[in-house]
Amino acid sequence: MTSIENLKSFDPFADTGDDDSQPTNYLHIRIQQRNGRKTLTTVQGLPSEYDSKRILKVLKKDFGCNGNVVKDEELGDVIQLQGDQRAKVLEFLTTQLGLKKKTIKVHGF
Amino acid sequence: MSAEETTPTVEDISLDGLKKKKKSKTTSEPTTDSTDATGEDDLFGGLKKKKKKKSKDSAKEKTGTEELEDGIEDLGLGPKKKKSTKKKKADSSFDKELEKAGLSSTTAEAESSNTESTIATEVGLSYEDLLERFFTVLKTNNPELAGERSGVRLKIPPPIVAREPKKTIFSNVKDISQKLQRDPEHVIQYLFAELGTSGSIDGKEQLIIKGKFMQKQLEYVLKKYILEYVTCQTCRSINTKLVRENANRLYFMVCNSCGSTRSVSSIKTGFQAAVGRRKRTG
Ligand SMILES: [Zn+2]
Repeated sequence: MTSIENLKSFDPFADTGDDDSQPTNYLHIRIQQRNGRKTLTTVQGLPSEYDSKRILKVLKKDFGCNGNVVKDEELGDVIQLQGDQRAKVLEFLTTQLGLKKKTIKVHGF
Repeated sequence: MSAEETTPTVEDISLDGLKKKKKSKTTSEPTTDSTDATGEDDLFGGLKKKKKKKSKDSAKEKTGTEELEDGIEDLGLGPKKKKSTKKKKADSSFDKELEKAGLSSTTAEAESSNTESTIATEVGLSYEDLLERFFTVLKTNNPELAGERSGVRLKIPPPIVAREPKKTIFSNVKDISQKLQRDPEHVIQYLFAELGTSGSIDGKEQLIIKGKFMQKQLEYVLKKYILEYVTCQTCRSINTKLVRENANRLYFMVCNSCGSTRSVSSIKTGFQAAVGRRKRTG
């Protein structure tokens, strides 16, 4: 009977800490149109432990496209790549860097 | 604007009225045209037919009337009212079947060679019969609880899009926003953020978007908007409203159908690359 006391050790209403409503730092992959049919992919919110310049180098080589890093005052380093590289970037981030898909938001049309 | 948009409730009521009328018709019809027999038998026959007719009716209504409104109505005021009438009907039908089982088990045997039905009449009702009846009732009242796909009801007109060399004209933004019960400004803000562009509204309340976009692309973005800012995650209804909490300035989505509330993220444009001009001045 005393074992029932164990039930009290767990408070079902306690904060579990994995609340979805808490603003997580998402990584955003966006696409923009630029003159005519050409597009541009931007990657914003890369965790600070990653060297964006080195990642850009790898991405440029892997995707065979040009790109650059833009330093934004508020948003930090943003990687820009030519063309729609969203799917490839997502795959790279999840498989090569081991980032969780839940923390990545892919935007666009 | 939103006050005008809530008129569907009026239509709901009239729809409800229609449904009830139909039901009462079906209850009276079969009793007159069913074959001659004892009174109890007659009523029972009527009931059987009624069931079939009801499902037909609901099917007709689905295709005929506006599915969106049907959906909202189904989730909203509808079920409560209907349930009460349904209960009564179910009760009375059960009574009648009991009566029938007691009164005319011999006629039933003569009529049908099916042994299952005789067992059913002797014991009352078989489990299968009860289950079937439960699901017919559930399907007519609450289709999605009976496992029917609810996605079909989401009838939002497709975006009307005209493309010009450097811009896209989205002419029915206002109409779509109103159907979704959202402020057009909010929808447009989301569109711009997702498309990574900007634009303006012209004199005819059309949205002029910079850049070339196909109808399919805008439809996809609108779908994402609906999923994030319109659909209730609890009951999948789109009869919801956005409420801004003054204390923390966060947006909350309140479902008008089931009453659940969830927070929604504010629309952020995020980083926007400088495009178009080769070089910025300065
Ligand atoms: Zn709901």
